[in-house]
Amino acid sequence: MVTVKDYAESIPIAWCPGCGNFAILQALRKALVELKTEPHQVLFVSGIGQAPKLPHYMQGNVFNGLHGRTLPAATGAKIANHELIVIGIDGDGGAYGEGVGHLLAAMRRNVNITYMAHNNQVYGLTKGQASPTSDLGFVTRTTPLGAGQPANPLALALSSDVSFLARGFAGDVEHLSELLKMGIEHRGFSLIDILQPCVSFNHKNTYQWYRERVYKLEDEGYDPGDKIGAFAKAQEWGDRIPIGLIYSKERPVYEEQLPALKKGPLVKQKIDPLQFEALLDEFM
Amino acid sequence: MAIDFNIMAGGEAGQGVQSVGMILAKAMAHGGLHVFADQDYESRVRGGHNFFRIRASDRDVLALSEELDILVALNKETIGLHSNELKSNGVIIYDQEQTKVDVQGGIYFNVPLAKLAEEKAKNKLMTNTVAVGAAAGLAGYDFNILASVLRNEFARHGEKIAEDNVVAAKAGFDFALEYGAQKLSQKIKPTSGNNKRMLLHGNEAIALGAMVGGCKFIAGYPMTPATSILEYIADKGRQYSAVAVHVEDEISAMNMAVGAGYAGARAMVATSGGGFCLMVEGLALAGMTETPVVVVLGQRPGPATGLPTRTEQGELWFALHAGHGEFPRAILAPATAEEAFYAMIKAFNLAEKYQTPVLVLTDHHLATSYATVERFDLKAVKIDRGELISDEESSRLNDYKRHLVTESGISPRALPGQGKALVVTDSDEHDEAGHMIEDGETRNQQNLKRLRKQDSLKAEIGSPKLHKTRNAEFTLIGWGSTYGAIREAADLLKKDGMPVNVLHISEIWPFPAEAISSALSKGTKSIVIESNATAQMANLIRRETGYKVNGTILKYDGRPFSPQEIVDRMKKEVT
Ligand SMILES: Cc1ncc(C[n+]2csc(CCOP(=O)(O)OP(=O)(O)O)c2C)c(N)n1
Ligand code: SF4
Ligand SMILES: [Mg+2]
Repeated sequence: MVTVKDYAESIPIAWCPGCGNFAILQALRKALVELKTEPHQVLFVSGIGQAPKLPHYMQGNVFNGLHGRTLPAATGAKIANHELIVIGIDGDGGAYGEGVGHLLAAMRRNVNITYMAHNNQVYGLTKGQASPTSDLGFVTRTTPLGAGQPANPLALALSSDVSFLARGFAGDVEHLSELLKMGIEHRGFSLIDILQPCVSFNHKNTYQWYRERVYKLEDEGYDPGDKIGAFAKAQEWGDRIPIGLIYSKERPVYEEQLPALKKGPLVKQKIDPLQFEALLDEFM
Repeated sequence: MAIDFNIMAGGEAGQGVQSVGMILAKAMAHGGLHVFADQDYESRVRGGHNFFRIRASDRDVLALSEELDILVALNKETIGLHSNELKSNGVIIYDQEQTKVDVQGGIYFNVPLAKLAEEKAKNKLMTNTVAVGAAAGLAGYDFNILASVLRNEFARHGEKIAEDNVVAAKAGFDFALEYGAQKLSQKIKPTSGNNKRMLLHGNEAIALGAMVGGCKFIAGYPMTPATSILEYIADKGRQYSAVAVHVEDEISAMNMAVGAGYAGARAMVATSGGGFCLMVEGLALAGMTETPVVVVLGQRPGPATGLPTRTEQGELWFALHAGHGEFPRAILAPATAEEAFYAMIKAFNLAEKYQTPVLVLTDHHLATSYATVERFDLKAVKIDRGELISDEESSRLNDYKRHLVTESGISPRALPGQGKALVVTDSDEHDEAGHMIEDGETRNQQNLKRLRKQDSLKAEIGSPKLHKTRNAEFTLIGWGSTYGAIREAADLLKKDGMPVNVLHISEIWPFPAEAISSALSKGTKSIVIESNATAQMANLIRRETGYKVNGTILKYDGRPFSPQEIVDRMKKEVT
C-alpha cells in the first residue's frame, strides 16, 4: 500500500522556512496517497519558479520545463501516453503571466490534466516583483508606482468554460487535499488556484490576512454547477474570499475524441513502416 | 528525340490554375514520364496572378525550364506576363470571348473553352477541364490516360461529375485536334512500359516520411510554407494513429512536441522562420532535457513576415545557432522530394539515438514543387530508437538515472509510466537523476556529456554528392533545394563548352568538413550558389574548413533559381 513516505523527498528542500509551498506539498502527497496512486503512475510537469520546484520534492516522473510552458509540455505528454496521471504545477507568474495564453487554450481544449497554480501574488524566485495577481497598488522594485489592475484568474477560467475550477488555501491542508483529489479525479482539465503565502516577499497577503478573509463555499449551500453564480463568486476579493469548488461541468475530453488513441496510448503503438503502402498508392 | 515539354497554366487566384496544372501533371506522370512542376502564387485568396508550370520528359527532370511549349491563359494578364516565355514555335491556348483578348493566328490558339463546357458538358464550371483537354490535344497526348486521371480526381464528387469532366476534356481535346493540330509541331507521348512513379510535392514527401518514420505527434500553427505538413498528418493520422494538434502558438507547438517526445512518442513540429523564432527557447529545452524532437523549418524570405509565398535559403545560420546555450543538433537539408522523405526517417532516428533535436531545413520551393519519384521502398526503412530501455528492463529498474554520465554521452532512456523507473528531467542544469543542481562540477559533467553526443553524431552525416565532369574548370556548390537547378545548369554549361563539377550538401550539421575540404582541394574554382544575400553556406565553409571559395552566385528576390539563370550568371559574373 502506498503511503506518504513513498512520496518523501530525496533531495533537500530549498524553500524558505514558513513558505506556503510546504503545506501544498503535504496536501498533494496526502491526496495522491488517498487516491492510492503510485509514484510511477504520475507525471508532474512544471515550469520555473519556487512552486515549480515542487516535483523535485516528491516521488514521480518529472518534466520540469520552461517558465510558463508547463501546459503545452503536459498536454504533449498526456496525449502521448494518456494512461499517465498528469499534474501541472506553476506559480502565478507562470500560470497567469508568461503562460496565460496556454492556460486559455488548455481550458478550451479540455485535456485531462490537473493544474495547480500556487498563487502567492508575487514572483518569489526572482525575488519579489509584482505578479499578474498582485493586489492593486502593490509596490515592488519593478512597480515602484504600485502594481496595476490585477488579473482575475477565476473569472478568466469561467469565461473559457473551464470544466473544473477550485480555489484552495495553503493554510488548510485538509481542505486543499480534498480539492486536489477532486481535481485529479475529474475527467478533463482542472484548474486549482491555491492561495499561498510567501513569507519573504509578500508582506501584505500573509497567512493572517488570508485567514481573516477566506470562507468555504460548501458551508454556504453553494451550487458549483451554476456558472452565473460562479462568476459572482469570482468577483469576491477583499473582505471575504471564497475557497472550495467554484465550478464543475462535464465536457468532452480532448484525448477521448482522438481516433488515434482508440488502440491505446500512442507510446505503446508499434511503429510499422509497412502499413503505409496504401498511402503511397494515393500518389501514384 | 528526347521529350522535354513545358506547359504553363496561369490566371487569377480562385480561377483553378492549380487544378488545371495538377491534372496535366498527373496525366504526364501516369504516362510514365518524369515530371517537375511548381506553382507561383501571391499571398491572397482571390485576384492577383498565379501560375503553375509543368515540365515533362522521358528523362529525369530536376528543375523547370524557362521555355514554354504551351501556355494556358485563363485570363488576359497571363498572356501579357508570360507570352515572352514561349518558344518561337509554342502556342497560347485562350478563350477569346472570356479573356477579351483580340488577337489571332500565329502563336494564339483561340479555344471557346466556356462555350464548349456549356454545350458539351452542360456545365460552365468545367471550363478549366476543357482547357486541360485542349492542352493535351494540342500536345498530341493520349486521351485515355487523361480520362482516367480525371475519373480519379473527381470520383469523390460522384460518377456524374466525373464523367461530365471527361466529356468536357474530350471537347477541348477534339477541338484542339481539329483546329490546332498544325499549330504545334512538338508532341508528347507516354513512354512505353509500366513505369509509373509517385507524383508529390516536398511537403507531402515530408509528411509521408514522418508518418512512415513513426511520427505519432505533430503540433503546429499554420504558416506558409509548412502548413500542408500539419494538414496531411491531421488527415491521415486519424487512420494511422498519429495526433496533430492545431495549437495556440508556436511556443506551445514546440513545448508540446517536447512533452510528447519526453513521454516516448516520436514527435515533430513544422513551421517557417517566424514560427521557429517562437520555438527557439523550446529547442534549447529539448537540448537540455535530452528529448528527441524533429523540427521542419520551411524557409521563406525574411526578415519578419517577408515574402510569405516565396522562397529563400536565409535561415541556415539561424538553424545552426538557434537556442540559448550549447547543445548538440543535426541539420538535414534535403535537395529533392525523394530526399525529403528519407531525411524525415533519418531525422527521427537521429533524434532518438542522440536524444537531441534534429532540424530538417527546407524552403518554399522544395515544399511546394511537385516531382515524380520512384515509389518509396518501405521495406528498406529502418527504425532505430537508440538506447531505449525495454518494458521488461524498465520494470526491474530501481534508482533509474535519466541523465547517467556515459562515455558516448548517451544515457539509456526509460519512458515515464513504462515501468517502475521514475523518469526525472529538468530545464535547469541537473544531476544524473534529473534533479536541479547548482554546483560547478556536476554542471561540467552534464554539459560535456551532452556535447559528447555531437562527436558520434558527426559520423552519421552523409558526404555531399559530388558529380564530376571531365576537364571541369569550376565546382558549383549548393545545398538544399537548389540542387535541381544547379544540376541542370551543369548539363547546359557542358553543352556550351564549359564543363563544371557539382558538389551538393544535403546534410549540413555536424558539418561534413573533411569531405568538403577534399572535394575543394582538387584545383577547380569553387562557386557557391545559394538563395540568400549573405552567402551563408560560403561563409560556413570558410568557418569550418578555412577554405575561401572563389565566387558566389546569390539570389534573394524570392524566386527559385532556374538552370538558365545560373548558366547566364556563370558566364557573366564568374568568367
Ligand atoms: C522566459 C523566462 N523569463 C523569465 C524567467 C525568470 N523567472 C523565473 S521564475 C519567474 C517568476 C516566478 O514567479 P511565479 O511564477 O509566481 O513563481 P513563484 O516563484 O512565485 O512560485 C521569472 C520571472 C525565466 N526563467 N524564463
Ligand atoms: S520566496 Fe516566497 S514563495 Fe519562494 S520559497 Fe520563499 S516564501 Fe516561498
Ligand atoms: Mg508567484
